[in-house]
Amino acid sequence: MADTTSDAAIPTAVSHEEICELLDRLAVTPESNLIATLQDIQDHFGYLPAPALVELSRRIRIPLSRIYGVVTFYAQFYTHPRGRHTIRVCCGTACHVKGGGQVLEAIQRELGITNGESTTDLKFYLETVACLGTCFLAPVIMIDDQYYGNLTPTSVGTILRRFGAESE
Amino acid sequence: MNHLPPRRELSDLRQSVAERAKPEISIRVCSTGCRALGALAVCEAFECEVAARKLTSRVRVVRTGCHGLCAGAVAVVIDPKGIFYQGVRADDVREIVETSVVGDGIVDRLCYRLGDEVVWRQEDIPFYKHQTKLVLRNCGLIDPRSLEDYIAQRGYESVERVLSSMSPEQVIDEVAASGLRGRGGAGFPTGLKWRLGQAAEGSPKYVVCNADEGDPGAFMDRALLEGDPHLIIEGMIIGAYAVGAERGFIYVRAEYPIAIEHTQTALAQAREAGLLGSNILGYGFDFDIEIRKGAGAFVCGEETALIASLEGRRGMPRPRPPFPVTFGYSGKPTVINNVETWANIPRIIEMGANAYSQIGTAGSKGTKIFALAGKVKNTGLVEVPMGATLRQIIYDVGGGIPGDGQFKAAQMGGPSGGCVPADYLDYPIDYDSLQQIGAIMGSGGLIVMDNTTCMVDIARFFTDFVQAESCGKCTPCRIGTRRMLEMLERFTCGEGESGEVEQLAKLGEMINKASLCGLGQTAPNPVLSTIRYFRDEYDAHIHERRCPAKACRHLLSYRIIDGVCVGCGACRKVCPVGAVEGKPKEPYTINIATCVRCGACVQACKFNAVSVD
Ligand SMILES: Cc1cc2nc3c(=O)[nH]c(=O)nc-3n(C[C@H](O)[C@H](O)[C@H](O)COP(=O)(O)O)c2cc1C
Ligand code: FES
Repeated sequence: MADTTSDAAIPTAVSHEEICELLDRLAVTPESNLIATLQDIQDHFGYLPAPALVELSRRIRIPLSRIYGVVTFYAQFYTHPRGRHTIRVCCGTACHVKGGGQVLEAIQRELGITNGESTTDLKFYLETVACLGTCFLAPVIMIDDQYYGNLTPTSVGTILRRFGAESE
Repeated sequence: MNHLPPRRELSDLRQSVAERAKPEISIRVCSTGCRALGALAVCEAFECEVAARKLTSRVRVVRTGCHGLCAGAVAVVIDPKGIFYQGVRADDVREIVETSVVGDGIVDRLCYRLGDEVVWRQEDIPFYKHQTKLVLRNCGLIDPRSLEDYIAQRGYESVERVLSSMSPEQVIDEVAASGLRGRGGAGFPTGLKWRLGQAAEGSPKYVVCNADEGDPGAFMDRALLEGDPHLIIEGMIIGAYAVGAERGFIYVRAEYPIAIEHTQTALAQAREAGLLGSNILGYGFDFDIEIRKGAGAFVCGEETALIASLEGRRGMPRPRPPFPVTFGYSGKPTVINNVETWANIPRIIEMGANAYSQIGTAGSKGTKIFALAGKVKNTGLVEVPMGATLRQIIYDVGGGIPGDGQFKAAQMGGPSGGCVPADYLDYPIDYDSLQQIGAIMGSGGLIVMDNTTCMVDIARFFTDFVQAESCGKCTPCRIGTRRMLEMLERFTCGEGESGEVEQLAKLGEMINKASLCGLGQTAPNPVLSTIRYFRDEYDAHIHERRCPAKACRHLLSYRIIDGVCVGCGACRKVCPVGAVEGKPKEPYTINIATCVRCGACVQACKFNAVSVD
């Protein structure tokens, strides 16, 4: 997935000490499972900072190129910080049949970003997913871990504006 | 084989479960799928209300898995009367407790309705009446975080029976005789797979539960893991014993946090009770299971890709043979089965292969769980015997199409499957019959489509999905799906040319023959099946630049009908781009240049004054 967030807007202040501390705590060795370790690192930082991958490569003894191969293969690894609130828009079959495409477009118009992007104020991150497993609410989106269902292009705009105001 | 002293944990547990005081009344609240509509707040409200009225000794609030009727979220059932309430919110709780727990009445407004008639008893609701709950028996009944609840429903009896009195060969014979076929999509006979795994050379051996469930529109595996995780663990212990495996993995999609949480809890409880770990129940058999989370790649549901992912690599499939049963995780024999397949195993042992094989058709035994969604009234989770017809599922159980929509097709098997048209509504469905009509059972996603769904657009939709999820290893899939998508996109924009449908079909057949794994091989199915049954819709797009279902937006234009519009301004209010122009009380107009064709005005207009052509 293309990660189009511009680097300029983002402070990348991840210290080497913090990285080492985390990898110590995770007890990373050449026997560790790469994907599970990457998930732990991402849980900690919210994304996978480049310096952390360099240090990981040294400890787990896997070439950095292969680590990047894995990171870019899976949709749920992020190499850049994302907006504080993640909006997941379902583009699964049930949601598509019930007008999910129009809901996605309404969100894109409202926030001025597309799939895989964050707003410039880093408030929202937008991603599309194949099915949220709540097809009975179709069309449905999630903002962080809250579901919003039976949406229309109009109602989703209201939800975003209300969420934006409340989360200030 | 029983040389070690028998262990007491499980029998002690059974004892205490048997002695446990039965509550007079239980309030069963779905706390998993219904969470999307505030189920946790409803659970808390019931718990508070019961405590405040000092009823805790008589009344138990059970946080269960999915009741099945997701359209009625939040769903609550009150036993022993079996009262079914739907659409429950925290505000309704006091009234429910007052009326149906303390009192003896029914809150009519929260009941299921058939026309004007109130149907308050769960077993009288057609949705439940027409199902056969075999695998889903505990789902919605027990608290999935309670081992005691599971044991009270004959839980882990099958494991005990297997370890105490059956040889691995006998277990395999029993599973083979049951006729069980893999529920992950392809329908491979499970007994045969286990026999191959048992015979394979190499150790250690592994068993894997495939809970990647990537088909959009499918949520059966999620509901099983969330609602009855011990059932899957029990199935895996039996399978591991049969094939001689020491370790197991459950590979779950990361998008399923509740399933992961409940499975983790269940694994810890099973370990504590001596059902996992070394010397299980004192029978000298060692086995343990760990959970691995996926990282967002549909192709990882394919078994060889799943193994690559378990090993920490990019989830790329490889050619088979060798099959995972001989060359799997770390190059060792590995038996991979789907969640629902594992969940059938304890039932087969419990009821015996003979009784089990009475359910279903000649070639497909047992039941199948479907995730029913799309244009159907009772969306949710449905379990029916193999051989049920689509009409039974969609109309008897599903309640038919809402509003004045007309059934057009059922999409079965997700991106690997096809669309089944109305002609086959009365066709018994099992693995083999679906194959014949160009669909597949798949994992069990069943999306109902009506006359407002465009079949060319659906073909485009699935091709878009597989194109994005193609891992890129083999050319037919990587480039072929891209080319198919480009053609379909042009069709939906009215830019197709005659002869292109034939080209598309030919390309699809080539991708099917030449791709490396199941993803590519089945990717053309949605396209081929829609061409087969809905050729007229393709022709309308290409020759008339028209979308009969009025779904392809590039072929539509919106117009406000002069004499019908009363100038109420509802359309103007909802239009997201300000394309509706005019003054209140006078007929409005739509500016075609700014209109994004989202359809919001059509929905908002109470006078049917917006026409779509
Ligand atoms: C692209 C692709 C995706 C698949 N996704 C799944 C899945 O999500 N869950 C699953 O159980 N099987 C999936 N399968 C099937 C598995 O490869 C495998 O056949 C299955 O897990 C075997 O279990 P069973 O015999 O119990 O059906 C998929 C296959 C392909 C080709
Ligand atoms: S298709 Fe959107 S939640 Fe399943």
